[in-house]
Amino acid sequence: MNRIPIALVVLFVVLGLAPLFLQGYWLSILTLIFFFGTVGQAWNLAMGYAGVLSLGHALFLGLGGYLTAVLSVNFGIIPWIGIPLGGVLAAVFGAAIAWLGFRFSVRGVYFALLTIAFAEFFRILFDNWDYVGGSGGFFFPALRAQESAVLELRGDNLVFFYGFLVLMAGTYLLCHLLVSSRLGYFWRAAREDEEAAAALGVNVKAAKISVVAVSAGITGVAGGLFGLLNGSLFPDSVMGMRLSIELIVAPIIGGIGTLVGPIVGAFIVIPVMEIANETGLKAGIFGFNTLVYGLLVFLIVTFLPGGVWPWLKGRWKTDDSRAAVRPPVPKKSA
Amino acid sequence: MSELYLNVIAGGILNGIVYALIAIGLSIIFGVMRLVNFAHGEMVVIGMYAGYWGHELVGLSPLASMPIVAIVMFGVGYLLQKSVVNSFADRPQHVQFILFISFALVITGLHVMLFGPDPRGIFSLASFETYTVAGLRLDATRVQAAGGALALIVLLLVFLQLSTIGRQIRAAADNRIGAQVVGIPIAHVFAVTAGIGMACAGAAGSLVAPLFDTNPFLAAEFTLLAFIVVIVGGLGSLVGALVGGVLIGVVEGLAALMLSPSMKSMFSYALLVVVLLARPAGLFGASGATK
Repeated sequence: MNRIPIALVVLFVVLGLAPLFLQGYWLSILTLIFFFGTVGQAWNLAMGYAGVLSLGHALFLGLGGYLTAVLSVNFGIIPWIGIPLGGVLAAVFGAAIAWLGFRFSVRGVYFALLTIAFAEFFRILFDNWDYVGGSGGFFFPALRAQESAVLELRGDNLVFFYGFLVLMAGTYLLCHLLVSSRLGYFWRAAREDEEAAAALGVNVKAAKISVVAVSAGITGVAGGLFGLLNGSLFPDSVMGMRLSIELIVAPIIGGIGTLVGPIVGAFIVIPVMEIANETGLKAGIFGFNTLVYGLLVFLIVTFLPGGVWPWLKGRWKTDDSRAAVRPPVPKKSA
Repeated sequence: MSELYLNVIAGGILNGIVYALIAIGLSIIFGVMRLVNFAHGEMVVIGMYAGYWGHELVGLSPLASMPIVAIVMFGVGYLLQKSVVNSFADRPQHVQFILFISFALVITGLHVMLFGPDPRGIFSLASFETYTVAGLRLDATRVQAAGGALALIVLLLVFLQLSTIGRQIRAAADNRIGAQVVGIPIAHVFAVTAGIGMACAGAAGSLVAPLFDTNPFLAAEFTLLAFIVVIVGGLGSLVGALVGGVLIGVVEGLAALMLSPSMKSMFSYALLVVVLLARPAGLFGASGATK
């Protein structure tokens, strides 16, 4: 077995034991890291492995979140069923948008704009849709005595800590399997050169639609749990542009086109953001965290264009060939 | 009833001309350098704050502060391009995109830190004045903003047609390698182009300062608005941007009137989706924009 999977298993086990040593605040930070590690991984699957740039992933997150919430609150369907359904809904939307886009050969930055347009369209729709609470938000009522915290996936932070840890580990494993499968090779072939891949018999359109569907599905699942964690959903915060941008920062910093990168990125980005947030709040300066975010991204794209993880690995000179997936070099599609 | 609609359409046309100026800034940067300036709305907001503070501190009308803002933003754009962005010219497109996202975050962060998140509106008697033209009542501030924007657009078109650097910019847009072969200083041309693009954004920002309450988070809306206008009109086409701007201005105005103001941009996004799918080169663009 390779060194990196073993190290990761050890990491996940150590993280699983963290609640024995750490208090509430640190656990909530870790929960947030796991969340961004999950959605970052999902986004990276499309961007890093198939070269499909989406800037509307918040749509998939929001769809999963809202479906889970509405099913649970209005129909009494427990999140254990609602969350997978939310993932399916998000995957269907992702596949539909990707099909439309690639059917009409919308590529590169144009595809990114298409995803933004869809995400913003649905955000405004939800803002004005009274059934889901409009811009006033959709709230989970307090858990009643006869309801089970485990069945309803509510209750204390520990539920979400383990929920997102399992989700992050599961997403990593799923992506690992997919990337090393036949389909994963199709994705990378489509990323490197669409015409050449098509000439070799790869169904490029199907490959790209499948990667967007998987990526959206995972994001939808994470969205379902995210809504439960917050106890409320607002179109601006779960479907907005801001979230779409925020969730791509961790994989960019960690390293696009690597499986470990998004997790490393989340472990860097979230603590930095928390520190910036705290400092800004203490000094009474709003906006400091946004500035730090921007500077961090700027420094990484300027000095470590491949991301932190490929750079670290280069320094350690691991002889792990399986994980040595090159960062993508999509051709300039102008 | 029809009078109300005509007034809304007229207001939409006036807004649309300012939208066109914003969009032209985005379009020229893309047309020449193939760069997608994702921080364009942030540049507009810089102009809005300049217009706001010019009015609050010195009593300058937005129309008077526009040329100053345009010149300063030209310098900023020029230097930014020369010092940072030019070195990203040969990087993959998504990396360039992310570079501009980082600019956007930095500018928004600075705006919030300096001016706070609260909206700041210009209140003056001038905002209640109206002109009556052929039975239509037009807000004076809106007419002035559109007039200033139109003047700048015409100036820019003349500049691009007649000046040497304007010709070089068009040559670089047509064929970058060809332009380099005949000895056009491409780094300089790129920097001037970035300067023009950001001057358009800043100038438009100072013009709309009396129309919208300035706040840091308007930036994303302006960026997306500029994208919509440019895609609908056709990336790289200045005339297309003008028509696209007016079209979006009118659509937004009518949607706000017939449905609800909060839903007005939904139609712009729907239009963007349709145009991206049906005619990705835009209504006025050359074909093959997705190549």
